Amino acid sequence: MGQLLAVKDLTVKFALRRSSLTAVNNVSFSLSRGERMGLVGESGAGKSVTGFSLINLISKPGYIDTGSILFEGRELTGLSDEEIRQIRGNRITMIFQDPMMTLNPVLTIGTQMVETLKAHGNISTRKAEAVAIDKLRLVQIPSPEKRLRQYPHEFSGGMRQRIVIAIALLTEPALIIADEPTTALDVTIQAEIMDLLITLCDLSKMGLILITHDLGVVSEVTEKIAVMYAGKIVESGPTRSIISDPSHPYTKGLVKAIPGNIPPGEPLHQIPGMMPTLTDIPAGCSFHPRCEYAGNICTTQIPDLAPVPSRQSNVACHMISGRLAPSDIGSAARRKRQTAIAEELPA
Amino acid sequence: MTRIKQFFNSFFFYRFIRDPVAIGSFIVLAVLFISGFGAPVIAPHNPYDTTTIDIMDSELPPFWYPDSDSRFLLGTDSQGRDMLSTMLYGMRVSIFIGLGAVTLQAFLGITIGLIAGYKGGRFEAFLMRVADVQLSFSTYMVAIFFGALFQAAFGMGLYENFAIPMLIFIIGFAEWPQYARTVRASVLGEKKKEYVEAARVIGLPSRRIMWNHILPNTLTPVLVISTVQVANAIMSEAALSFIGLGMPVTRPSLGSLIKAGFDFIFSGSWWITLFPGIMLVILILSINLLGDWLRDFLNPKLYKG
Amino acid sequence: MFAFIIRRVFQALIVMLIISLLGFAIKQSVGDPVREITGISVSAEERDALREKLGLNDPFLVQWVRFLDRAVHGDLGNSFYFKRPAFDVILSKAPATLELVFATALLVILFSVPIGIYAAVRPNAWPARFLMGASIVGVSIPVFLTAILLIYIFSVTLGWLPSFGRGELIEIFPGWKSGFFTWDGLAHLVMPSVALTTIMLPLFIRLVRAEMKEALETEYVKFARAKGLRPSRVLLLHAFKNTLLPVITVGGVQLGILIAFTILTETVFQWKGMGSMFIESIERADTSLTVAYMVFVGFIFVVVNTIVDVIYGLVNPMVRVAGGRS
Repeated sequence: MGQLLAVKDLTVKFALRRSSLTAVNNVSFSLSRGERMGLVGESGAGKSVTGFSLINLISKPGYIDTGSILFEGRELTGLSDEEIRQIRGNRITMIFQDPMMTLNPVLTIGTQMVETLKAHGNISTRKAEAVAIDKLRLVQIPSPEKRLRQYPHEFSGGMRQRIVIAIALLTEPALIIADEPTTALDVTIQAEIMDLLITLCDLSKMGLILITHDLGVVSEVTEKIAVMYAGKIVESGPTRSIISDPSHPYTKGLVKAIPGNIPPGEPLHQIPGMMPTLTDIPAGCSFHPRCEYAGNICTTQIPDLAPVPSRQSNVACHMISGRLAPSDIGSAARRKRQTAIAEELPA
Repeated sequence: MTRIKQFFNSFFFYRFIRDPVAIGSFIVLAVLFISGFGAPVIAPHNPYDTTTIDIMDSELPPFWYPDSDSRFLLGTDSQGRDMLSTMLYGMRVSIFIGLGAVTLQAFLGITIGLIAGYKGGRFEAFLMRVADVQLSFSTYMVAIFFGALFQAAFGMGLYENFAIPMLIFIIGFAEWPQYARTVRASVLGEKKKEYVEAARVIGLPSRRIMWNHILPNTLTPVLVISTVQVANAIMSEAALSFIGLGMPVTRPSLGSLIKAGFDFIFSGSWWITLFPGIMLVILILSINLLGDWLRDFLNPKLYKG
Repeated sequence: MFAFIIRRVFQALIVMLIISLLGFAIKQSVGDPVREITGISVSAEERDALREKLGLNDPFLVQWVRFLDRAVHGDLGNSFYFKRPAFDVILSKAPATLELVFATALLVILFSVPIGIYAAVRPNAWPARFLMGASIVGVSIPVFLTAILLIYIFSVTLGWLPSFGRGELIEIFPGWKSGFFTWDGLAHLVMPSVALTTIMLPLFIRLVRAEMKEALETEYVKFARAKGLRPSRVLLLHAFKNTLLPVITVGGVQLGILIAFTILTETVFQWKGMGSMFIESIERADTSLTVAYMVFVGFIFVVVNTIVDVIYGLVNPMVRVAGGRS
């Protein structure tokens, strides 16, 4: 398994009149060929911006400030608009959240598929249509020849998302970025679409970055996870170990909130408070106002993402990163002592 | 005193004083309004006083031409009237009709919009439907048609004698739907809020709730459209006067001055028609710029009807 | 959908009825049909006889119904001044107005689309800011003043362009004399159409810009970019094609403004179209013709608006649910 994608220290900012906001802060992760990764977090955590910035598709005042994106051995930051255009929609494709909004209502499905192929190579319309029909069949759209001439409004939501997937498959990409691909769909169709996506990824050894707030979905289909909070990755590692034994207090909260982990009749778990907006990210660890383990150090120092001893995952938390034994956390009863220890640490 | 202090410390004033376009158009507008309404005092001549007018002075050019007359800064028109004075008097008429028409349309529109929004009912629904249809015809077309109908119905002489109230009525009537729709839309938005519920619970009569509680909360969008409406009304008046459905030449507005001077442009006396035109444009432009700034500042959700 | 069309057509009919009622009431109170037919050199007895014969002593509503019946059959009364059926007079003036409107529409489309798109794509670039500022100035200058200014510059001072009339015309159909096919005719068309364009253009630039801005924010435009399409294709096909419908429908509603401004423009340039005919009919107290023009323009207006609404309803399923856009 060769390396497909390596993102290092990626920082994305949004320019304001005089200052700028940091939407994605020093994010690093990597992906092997055919590997699937989940990018998890609440809305506004910067996960979508991270996904979009990979193909330089951040909407206007946003820009990549620093960092490197190495894809198939090629550095993507600093490429010209035309060079990145040839990769975008070709080697890296995207699936959007709401299939009702993704397809252009005034163009036929055929037009929207053929134009994608034509944008990335010299191909005749007839050949392009043949490829399109082929892919529509792959996503199980019945009588694709006829469907090619139809407009988006003649399809149901689930069907449209299949078409969007078919469009993403057209150019046989090496990587698909799926931004909440099932959130807007009926629950009954969600599993169906997700299964289809995974089968197709396996079939042609495509890498997948699954952007979602739903840890439940990620746990079923991805090999690794990066959890984002307020623009930073707070925990990353193999899916299985993170789901079964999360280290960061935020991840713990998320895992607890998966409905399947709660016995019937119990109230659903909630993390108290709200994620900060980009304009007022608290000093120190940005999660500390909501964290039940937070000590004084957390309010002043930003924790680094560092490997957790005896685990495969990386965590950005003062309370774990080797300075305090992991066994010390987990019981609210010991919280006071915890705080006391933290206060003794040099600030 | 504290009120004034409060105003100068307000955010409104802070933003205003830092916007050169807003200040500029405000100053220009203030100068125009003052000189318009102060025309009898400020104007060097009285264009209505026939004894001071000499036909020998007709079509004199403005001051930078060699054959100009120092008594007439901006030249004279075809009857020998001082252009500057005539324009100031004309602008007074234009502004007066503009403000009068906006007052009328605001009164009609706010009343109908408020009742239609608060009480609903068939008659109000019908009125709003009329407003929609009338708006789709455009206010200019309605104004021109009503001007034509009025002139046909009352005859030229009577129409000209009562030109000012006629024009105020015609323009006011042509443009009330703008207010009605804006007010109704914001009333529908306000009606759902809790303070209205509270007022109803304590048993206030609905008339009082409507006028004292809801109306003040709909005034922001009303204020925003009012500035633009004044400009529109002045523009409508000028258009009506230009096609002969407005002020007579004996008591001219800016529009009828432009019309009266138009024929003389071919003999080269451009100032007779273009000076009133320039004044009209400056007047409308400064109102529009001020309105634009006000809209950006207040940025109300201008409800779409 | 069917119900929606029925409702719109029904509403259009009511509007037409109201227009005809207003027009008829004015005609009743002012115009004297006997005078239209006979002139003044006829004795009082003969007039009374004619009056009875024409049914002018019938109740108001009966006469109105008769007026409607005639109007439906294209009879809008006789013009006192032209001594011809008013409808014929209007039709003979229609080509001039239509050609002016057509030339203006062409200019407006030619300029508003590229400028509107540009201003939407680069809202903060200085040319876009300048154009938006200029559009405020544009709407603040009354169309007749632009027209006068054009005449002063290009006719009086420079002597390049003719200032009034339609110039040399060629009959292309029976009853349709066109100025499109001679240099002289086109030269006469330049200033009126430019003047009319300057007042309509700001409206449409703002419209195209607003719709385009909205379209550029949509998910499908973002998806089109994500597919790696060339920027020109994203802009002109994906975004612009979606702005066409609102631009056409909102543009259709501007017809009322266009008619009003056409009247003003025709007056300045003595363009012998329906607008200047209307103003002249008022000056000559030719009430029949005035009313006929109003009914005719009202009819065209209501028809165009209803068609635009129905087309909009056909294409946009949201309207059918909401039941009427206005």
